[in-house]
Formats: sequence, structure tokens, C-alpha cells
Amino acid sequence: MDIGSVVETKVNEDIPEFGPGDTLKVKLKIIEGERERSQTFEGVVIKMRRSGASANFTLRKVFQGVGVERTFPLHSPRLEKVEVVRHGKVRRSKLYYLRDLSSKMAKAKVKSRAKDELR
Amino acid sequence: MINGLIGRKVGMTQVFIEGGTVEPVTAIEAGPCVVTQIKTAAKEGYSAIQLGFGEARRLNSPERGHLRELGLFKHLREFRVADTSDIELGHRVDVSLFQPGDSVDVSGISKGKGFAGGVKRHHFSGGPKTHGQSDRHRAPGSVGAGTDPGRVFKGQRMAGHMGNQRVTVKRLEVIEADPDRNLLLVKGAVPGARNGLLEIRKSRGND
Repeated sequence: MDIGSVVETKVNEDIPEFGPGDTLKVKLKIIEGERERSQTFEGVVIKMRRSGASANFTLRKVFQGVGVERTFPLHSPRLEKVEVVRHGKVRRSKLYYLRDLSSKMAKAKVKSRAKDELR
Repeated sequence: MINGLIGRKVGMTQVFIEGGTVEPVTAIEAGPCVVTQIKTAAKEGYSAIQLGFGEARRLNSPERGHLRELGLFKHLREFRVADTSDIELGHRVDVSLFQPGDSVDVSGISKGKGFAGGVKRHHFSGGPKTHGQSDRHRAPGSVGAGTDPGRVFKGQRMAGHMGNQRVTVKRLEVIEADPDRNLLLVKGAVPGARNGLLEIRKSRGND
């Protein structure tokens, strides 16, 4: 028996294909005691870990001048919706270098590359 | 009542439980096992059953004689039971023995660490890293007093062989038991490397 085949991961049809550099809008179900509400988080995919049931991805955004990163399990039932806002053209799979860039620089870089792609 | 199974560690992964939280689980390929011997208080002085697991390619003559027509088993392990009166030789057991929510104890042989120092083996804190220290970074420190007692007490924790010994992890929660695939998912880690042999028992006070 192989560990990869132990837990079935259903491919969620609602989640589009995306990769590092893309800007995503993620809608997340939040359960607060009895109440249930949605929260959205928008950011750039700076890493993806594709490992079967444990697959996850990390979004980064800059909020009020502070960098915020959040990691989501790809197969989480709490992921309501994933929307690709913008495709980014990047040359590596882990975009840790974005952390060291000022927010303006990071934005410009991803944006201009996306433009190239659209052309 | 048979209360245990023999299995093989497949590896670790994670599952989403109700509410969307992630639980770390160990996958175990458990059973099917066959009762290969019944030990009774009258004959052996205690009551237990012996289970067989895994297909053996080759067995020597005494082993074949012991198993007779029950099949060729690679692994035999004994499980203590309170009462053997309702158990028959050749009886088959599988993971339907366990239900999600049960707690189990899992025994196995831990990964060998070789000859390990005190820091790794007993969590000693080692010596200072700075202030002119030389050769003291991972030293064990004092092992006892001076002329009186004039010896090191038995059981003093020192460097030595670590791992590769039987370890039992108690009270692991069963997340899933699938008899069709002989698959058992328990919450948390179990001893040993992948493909290591495991004994899975119902925890005490669980019946």
C-alpha cells in the first residue's frame, strides 16, 4: 500500500488551476460557534506545496504597510471559492524574494509580467 | 474477545474531519490476521491467542508444522485475552475490530539512532556555547560525587545505543477503519519506520 493512495483527494471543480505569481481571491468559510460567515483574502501565491492530501498554498499581501501571509490547505472543505484575479508571470516556483522587495516594487514586477503574458 | 491486530506502517498524511479541521494521521495496513494458536490457563498457565500476519515465502519445517493448514505467515504475535472459550483456531480478524472514535495502543520497533550522546538520548542541555568553552558543548557533565561513594551509580544516564527498541504509544484515536482496504487511520504518530511491523491493541478500559 502506498501513502499517496490512502486518502482520496477529490479534485474540487470550483477551484481553478493556478500557480505561483498569480493573484487570487479566496473565499473562506469561518465558523464562529453557531454562526457561519465568509471571509475573503486576496493575495499573491508565493508558494505551492503539491503533496497529495497535504497540498497547500500561501498567499501574501501587504496590508497597511505590513506584509501578511496566509497558508491554505488546497483540499480544505472550508475553501468556498478561489478566483484567479490576475495571472503573474514569474520565473521560479517559490517567490520568497517578494518579501524583501518594497510593496511597490513587488506589485510592479508581477503586474508588468502579467501584461507581457496578456499580449 | 480478540482485542488486537498485527499491521504494517504505511506512512503519515492528514485528513479533514468534520468542521474542516485538519488531523494528522498515520495510515496502517492492518490485518487480516488468522488465529494460529490458542493458549489456555490449563495448558500454558495463561490465556492468550497467537495471530499470524503477512505472507511468508519460505518457512522452515518446525514453523510449517506449527501452522499446519492455517497458511504461511511471515509474522506471529501473541495477544493476551481474558477468555479464549469463544475463539477458534483459524478464526480471521480484520480492522472491523476497531471503530472510529476507539482508542488504541500501538507498539512497534522505533527507528534506530545508533550510539547517541546524552544531549540527543536523554535531552541533556550540554555545556555553554560561549565564554571560552572547548570540548564542552555537548558534554554530559558530572556523573556523580567524589571519593564517597567512589563509583558511578547504576542507571546513571549516559551516551549509548538509542532507538531500535520496542515502543508503545498509548491512547491513539481511531479516525477511520476500512475493512475493504485493510486500512486503519489513527491520529498522531506511531513508532518505527515505514513498513515497520506494528501491534495494535484496544486501549484498556475501552470495551
